[in-house]
Amino acid sequence: MSDDGPAAPGSRLILGPFNRVEGDLEVRIDVADGAVQSARVTSPLFRGFETMLVGRPAADALVYAPRICGICSVSQSVAAARALAGVRAPGQARAMMPANGALAINLVHAIENVADHITHFYLFFMPDFARDVYARADWHEAAATRFRAITGTASAQMLPARAGLMRMMGVLAGKWPHTLSIQPGGSTRPISRAEQARLRLMLAGFRGFLQDVLFAAPLEQVAALSSVAALEAFADGPGARGDFAHFLKIARATGLDRLGVTRLRHIAFGAYPSADGPLFARGVYDAGAGAVAPLPIETIAEDVSHAWYMGAEGGPARPQQGTTLPDMSSDAAYSWCKAPRLGGAVAEVGALSRQLVAGHPLLRDLVAMGGGANAQARVIARLIEVALVVLAMERWLGAVDPAAPFADTAPLADHGEGAGLTEAARGSLGHWLRLEGGRIAQYQIIAPTTWNFSPRDAAGTPGPLEQALVGAPVLPGESDPVAVQHIVRSFDPCMVCTVH
Amino acid sequence: MSVPGTTPGTTPLRLLWLQSGGCGGCTLSLLGAEGPDILTTLRAANVEVLWHPSLSEASGVEARAILTAAAEGRERVDILCLEGAVVHGPGGSGRFHLMAGTGTPMRDMIAAIASHARHVVAVGSCAAFGGITAGGGNPSEAGGLAYDGTAPGGLLGTDFRGAAGLPVINIAGCPIHPGWFVDTLLQIAAGTLTRADLDEWERPLAYTAQLVHHGCARNEFYEFKASAETLGDMGCMMEHLGCKGTQARADCNIRAWNGSGSCLDGNYPCINCTAPGFEEPGHGFDVTPKISGIPIGLPTDMPKAWFVALASLSKAATPRRLKENAARPTPVILPRDKRKTP
Repeated sequence: MSDDGPAAPGSRLILGPFNRVEGDLEVRIDVADGAVQSARVTSPLFRGFETMLVGRPAADALVYAPRICGICSVSQSVAAARALAGVRAPGQARAMMPANGALAINLVHAIENVADHITHFYLFFMPDFARDVYARADWHEAAATRFRAITGTASAQMLPARAGLMRMMGVLAGKWPHTLSIQPGGSTRPISRAEQARLRLMLAGFRGFLQDVLFAAPLEQVAALSSVAALEAFADGPGARGDFAHFLKIARATGLDRLGVTRLRHIAFGAYPSADGPLFARGVYDAGAGAVAPLPIETIAEDVSHAWYMGAEGGPARPQQGTTLPDMSSDAAYSWCKAPRLGGAVAEVGALSRQLVAGHPLLRDLVAMGGGANAQARVIARLIEVALVVLAMERWLGAVDPAAPFADTAPLADHGEGAGLTEAARGSLGHWLRLEGGRIAQYQIIAPTTWNFSPRDAAGTPGPLEQALVGAPVLPGESDPVAVQHIVRSFDPCMVCTVH
Repeated sequence: MSVPGTTPGTTPLRLLWLQSGGCGGCTLSLLGAEGPDILTTLRAANVEVLWHPSLSEASGVEARAILTAAAEGRERVDILCLEGAVVHGPGGSGRFHLMAGTGTPMRDMIAAIASHARHVVAVGSCAAFGGITAGGGNPSEAGGLAYDGTAPGGLLGTDFRGAAGLPVINIAGCPIHPGWFVDTLLQIAAGTLTRADLDEWERPLAYTAQLVHHGCARNEFYEFKASAETLGDMGCMMEHLGCKGTQARADCNIRAWNGSGSCLDGNYPCINCTAPGFEEPGHGFDVTPKISGIPIGLPTDMPKAWFVALASLSKAATPRRLKENAARPTPVILPRDKRKTP
């Protein structure tokens, strides 16, 4: 319990526990001249899922993987099922997912991702604006009434709306979290015509909440916002009553676009597949060049120079060769999180990265105007995505053909390698596995927050959050700087996924 | 918002929630509570949240001050909830989970607060028994609060009693159903939860007096041993697909999940996630181990010879409708009233 004191010139603060992030998190910051000079991010919990899976029957991955994380459970299932489906052995048949299977899994995945986005906004991110540090701001009273943790008026509307959305899970996936309906060949749960109609009703109910409470405007209008100027006009005009506009007003007053700035490459693995390609594309976006390039997946490797693991000979390991062997003997190490790098370079993932890669004009404009990714843009990207994804869900639901199959139940190949890449709410998620004799011989996972909250690599280059925190203001006497709180939560970290 | 209380006129009960070796899924499940939502329920039950990692405003120094005061007995804790397993590794040191901001094993914080708490509640199978976190060779040396799997032990042991006199209350499940927690909380708040309300693993009988089999929509297939062959089929999943619903203790098919669902309704088997050791079934989760073609895990309380005799009899009597439908994802023959001529 050292370093609890207020910030003084040249001091170090140890921040934690960080609540309203998923799982446990510690951040050490060095402060001088009223700003963060450097940061080190520690993921303090190790469970060891990758080792737990080795030696188990292949299909056990579908029981274990979702239990890595209770908030991105479906994403973990999707990645595991896709990795199993990707295993090809000569002479063995391979499950070919029918169109209904992809639609049903997209719907289940979308419910989780949308629920995560609104949970983050209402329960994790906004309550920081109710803090006493803002008591003198003219917007504080309204923000505290609406968003204060536990007692704010927003949760009484948001929680029932979220539960109503989750009712779709009851029909489509049996339950949430930790469903087994997501299989390599599709979904175990066919949808009847009556259920299709009922699901439409449930989704309509949720759309009502979004249009009445969150946006105060039709989703189509939100999805079509194409520039910062259009967003400002929306917040002052048609959307002014909504919680989204409420956030934008606070963000403007607090300069949230100047917090947590990064100038990194943004990556996305591609989200919500269909025969016409994913809803949100795969790629890497270079904000400096303003252009998307193909994603060189084969250049992803994990560095463990500053993590509590034994390293492989020859430096960073590709996930196909990676190991997870705890070793707390290194003095340089400070986290259970490995440091994934793309071609040796740091990369950011998340809803903002996904929309930058997909080419959403508003998000690209926000990042161009803000001089990089920033806390405000990360929050806006999630809410824009809520509108985009709910509109897509309506299309997928309409495209389901209740008379056609939902799964190909061909047996899995029993040896070979597979990779399962997807986009969780928080960004790019990958599972890499190898099967031998029907059992798991190798399993490695890189989760979204593993990218964003990675420690330094062998070259000493800090991870995305560590970079984003540099320059964050620390007010005199602050023991838990509010700017740091905003920046950390702008990434919507999931610490249980991070280390897995 | 003002909410009429279920226990009016009493001092609020203070709830402190900690997380360790788990996935956070029990909290996320709880956020799905309906009629009313969980925050309204807490207010109605007159329960004040001292700290919850996903819900509270307090962070960092403020949070550490609350937890330290609770650990030293200076801050009253009426209900301590632990979500996630207790992590003892590596080598018994507890360093696989040092609580953020403290450099102290979370295990020690849990034990210290539990020693002063009126009630200690394990939320989910990880906190109760170790659960999935203790699976696959248990690399993090995880265990429960009063058990390590089926063995008495854990961090506090089966002899532990909270200040109110009860052992650790194990709301086992992976994840919990929100209703299981709410029922338990309401009983604690009303002062009506006694040892007689807990089963042999100290799980609340509110949900473990039932079997998952009770209310299963496949019961007719079970009666006639008309079995599913692959995941997604309509038939009974006991014979081939590893379903443990006839042994598993929970009301999943009586108390719907997410409005209308259950694992069985999702067309995948019950994996008995409320039981200690469910994470290591000794066979694939969706495979039924058999000896001479007879499933080894038979329904609770059922003599094997009788089961075999009844099964062969009922198989012989299976209506064509069930036989044809069992191994298909959607029915090909529907029930039909014979009085109606075509």
